[in-house]
Amino acid sequence: MRKILDVNNLNITFDTFAGPVSAVRGVSFTLHEGETLAIVGESGSGKSVASKSIMGILADNGKITNGSITYTKDNGEDIDLAKLSEHEYQSIRGKEIAMVFQDPMTSLNPTMTIGRQIMEPIMKHQGCNKAEAREKAEELITLVGINEAKKRMNQYPHQFSGGMRQRIVIAIALACNPRILICDEPTTALDVTIQAQILELIKDLQQKTNVAVIFITHDLGVVANVADRVAVMYAGRVCEIGTSNEIFYNPCHPYTWGLLASMPDLDTNEELLYAIPGTPPNLLIPPKGDAFAFRSEYALKIDYEEQPPMFKVSDTHYAATWLLHEQAPKVTPPAAVLRLREKGGYAHES
Amino acid sequence: MSHKNEREVLLEVKNLKQYFKISANTVVKAIDDISFTIYKGETFGLVGESGSGKSTTGRSIIRLYQPTAGEVYFKGKNIATKLSKKEKAEVCQKIQMIFQDPMACLNPRMRIIDIIAEGIDVHKLAKNKQDREEKVYKILEAVGLSKDHAGRYPHEFSGGQRQRIGIARALITNPEFIIADEPISALDVSIQAQVVNLMNTLKKEFGLTYLFIAHDLSMVKYISDRIGVMHLGRLVELGSADDIYEHAIHPYTRSLLSAIPLPDPNYERNRKRIIYDKSKVDYYAGTWTEVSPGHFVLGTEEEIKKWKEEK
Repeated sequence: MRKILDVNNLNITFDTFAGPVSAVRGVSFTLHEGETLAIVGESGSGKSVASKSIMGILADNGKITNGSITYTKDNGEDIDLAKLSEHEYQSIRGKEIAMVFQDPMTSLNPTMTIGRQIMEPIMKHQGCNKAEAREKAEELITLVGINEAKKRMNQYPHQFSGGMRQRIVIAIALACNPRILICDEPTTALDVTIQAQILELIKDLQQKTNVAVIFITHDLGVVANVADRVAVMYAGRVCEIGTSNEIFYNPCHPYTWGLLASMPDLDTNEELLYAIPGTPPNLLIPPKGDAFAFRSEYALKIDYEEQPPMFKVSDTHYAATWLLHEQAPKVTPPAAVLRLREKGGYAHES
Repeated sequence: MSHKNEREVLLEVKNLKQYFKISANTVVKAIDDISFTIYKGETFGLVGESGSGKSTTGRSIIRLYQPTAGEVYFKGKNIATKLSKKEKAEVCQKIQMIFQDPMACLNPRMRIIDIIAEGIDVHKLAKNKQDREEKVYKILEAVGLSKDHAGRYPHEFSGGQRQRIGIARALITNPEFIIADEPISALDVSIQAQVVNLMNTLKKEFGLTYLFIAHDLSMVKYISDRIGVMHLGRLVELGSADDIYEHAIHPYTRSLLSAIPLPDPNYERNRKRIIYDKSKVDYYAGTWTEVSPGHFVLGTEEEIKKWKEEK
């Protein structure tokens, strides 16, 4: 698998009336062709901001203050998206990198027919004439699982159900055969049954087109379903990254423990759920050490003073917690996490 | 569950119908002839997809809508008919609601103390100003906030704290029955567990009974004693949490269960989604049948037999 995207030490700051907010503080990850990387985290963890910066659609007051986003073109040429001008970006955005947003009704134009909205990027990026674009659009509508493409082309968004609209948005994103597809909570606004259909569709399309997917969500069930690898974000940093088995069955960061333990699975019978106390930190004043220390019962003294580096757990699994340091005391994670380890065959380790 | 006959019935819904007239010749049957009972001290979960009528059911019970037909008995008294002003006030005091979006249910221009005390003012539950304040402080503490918060405005709180205020607001009138309409759907994962734990603690402390409406099936299983599954305005299956999750009979319930993604990659890789074909099942032909004690399914005799075999 070829590497297609390399995000290195990305820092993004927003200028607000209250002062600069460091929304993303040194995020690094890579993405390979044909794989799905899920980014999990709660609101304000910086997951959406990080992905918007890849797309080049940060709000006007947001700036990349440090770091690089290296995109490898099909011909092997590397370009740093962080330094691209708006004009240069227009040949990348929508063509090489496309995005699907949470609410399909706000990303579709209510006054344009579905057909025209799908044809627009095809005509702009691929230099097709109207008739060719029309034909391609019909193919795309069929590809995302909607019948009667010809009739549907002339309809407006309000004539589609929520799940259908999201299919159309996906069709638009795939119109120019992008190499990276960023999905920002694409199923959060949908019902479970429709959600399952959309997830199946995305996986199916990935098989057919070998597109690399960045999947942003806070739903761990969805992550387990779609992801090959998972990055857990907290307070603007990646606190743990690994394959989906490693994250779900052998989590190492206390925040990942908390996330997994606070979600009841169908076997949970405990009187009280494991709950992470408190609320995420205010990034106007970023905490000095590990941002999660203030909410963690496992915090060590050093957590309040120094940001932990990424400790290596395996070749694919890294976690930023001092608990992995050789001098750290041994701690017992919550019962739910021990159950997960057993389930995934990691019980013998640590 | 086993001693259910000895348990006190708190709420009984009988053949409830809620129709909405959209235009001169279109009627939407949001709830169509549903019946269930809720026992004192239990948590009754109601699940279904959007448009299944689960929220409407909650709203009809609390009389936000005037039911089209049917009866709702609260402590043995029908509250779905015309009530006197005094009776209405009594019902409103004893049944309270927690809403999905805490920001939308808190008036942004009122202080927390006044938002919470509104119930006290309406039902005249406080003797004087000091008593009113004390009551609010007590309830704030019960939901995990402090009395310093009383003078602030809703925008000064985080999502989880706002939901705590929404819960405090509901509890202030000493209700016996709480309708919680998707109380955690708008919250972050790490906050959801806090609110669910709080609701469970308060249930014991105040002797509450919950109607918990949600679409997050794993949370519903965790919190509920009994669960009703709704689809297209009809109750299709009802039973204990175990009946529904382990021994579901109705194909809609099974398709809904098979669609929940679980945080378990190995399970997810092998998950087979069951696709439900509504056109094969006529809800109006079926009857409400008890297949095992306390476990009900909507269907004809042949259908239920067939579904049982399919399992």
